[in-house]
Amino acid sequence: MHRIKLLGAVLALCVAPALAHAQKSPYADYQRMTAENVPTELYELEGEQLWKKQQGPKNASLERCDLGQGPGVLKGAYAAMPRYFADAGRVMDLETRLLYCMETLQGRSRDEATKRVFGNADKASEFELLSAYVARQSNGMKLDPGLSHPKERESFELGRALFYHRVGPWDFSCATCHGVEGKRIRMSELPKLDDPKYAGPLMATWPAYRVSTSKIVTLQWRMNDCFRQMRTPEPAFGSETTVALIHFMTATGGGETYRGPAIKR
Amino acid sequence: MAGPMKMRASLGAGFTDVRVLMSHPMETGQRKGSDGKLIPMHFIQNLTVKVNGKVVIEGETSQAVSRNPVFSFRLKGGAKGDKIEVSWLDNKGETNSTDAAVA
Repeated sequence: MHRIKLLGAVLALCVAPALAHAQKSPYADYQRMTAENVPTELYELEGEQLWKKQQGPKNASLERCDLGQGPGVLKGAYAAMPRYFADAGRVMDLETRLLYCMETLQGRSRDEATKRVFGNADKASEFELLSAYVARQSNGMKLDPGLSHPKERESFELGRALFYHRVGPWDFSCATCHGVEGKRIRMSELPKLDDPKYAGPLMATWPAYRVSTSKIVTLQWRMNDCFRQMRTPEPAFGSETTVALIHFMTATGGGETYRGPAIKR
Repeated sequence: MAGPMKMRASLGAGFTDVRVLMSHPMETGQRKGSDGKLIPMHFIQNLTVKVNGKVVIEGETSQAVSRNPVFSFRLKGGAKGDKIEVSWLDNKGETNSTDAAVA
């Protein structure tokens, strides 16, 4: 029975041309096997409760939060981010926008709301739960971050420049690990993220549940952790830098069908 | 307070596939916390599946099962709209349940 199921999955992979190159990799086998049991739905449920929960000095929920498609519209919102928000006067990714809504709608202070932006296996953070819930509503839609507004162009270009910009005591840039084809670290393939062929499938699966750490992780966490691995000072949550990098990589992978929240090693 | 559960029950030809996700820490009792002390055992011990109120599976599980486990199983027969109920009981006496109609 199990073999039949696996065969089905292999056939599905052959049909998807974007994934065809990954077929021979043992890592792809591992990914396929773990993908059968994705616990992200549990986080989505918790995220939904949190989205509707009244809190903060204004005792308000996030249900009127405008993620770019109008107040409270979740469908397709994640796939169209990062994007420019006129009310905030800047380009925001999902997590930055959620923080903006916590400050404006719920009246919470930035310090209080960002006290615990990344959770652990015992307890996910608000941003992680909300990201899982919001991102799910873009499942099956094409990634299409904003690129028409001058600020969006600026953010994209900044992200591109930062991607190749070497910093820190080890003189690392994102491109050091993610600028060449065929690199890997331990069992993980390092995707070449300035190439749509790799950026698409990768960006289409965040946020994700990480099997090795039993927790849900977001793109802000990924940026934060990459900078940690590069030995730079910690970037601020929702900073121009992290948003620009997310913007650059998402736009590079633009057009890919979103299929998250997914599962990672 | 136990975290959420989620279940899907889909009808096949003469059988029903049920897949249930549950949030649980599933501590083995062998892991150490950041304070260096052992984290006490905390795991789902019993799993009960009912179809239209009748018990069809009573299972025992151990610490060997992972955090946030998924249980999937196939039931003989079944019809659209049958009510499937899954509940668990852990070693601390905490419990949770969910139900779904076969679709």
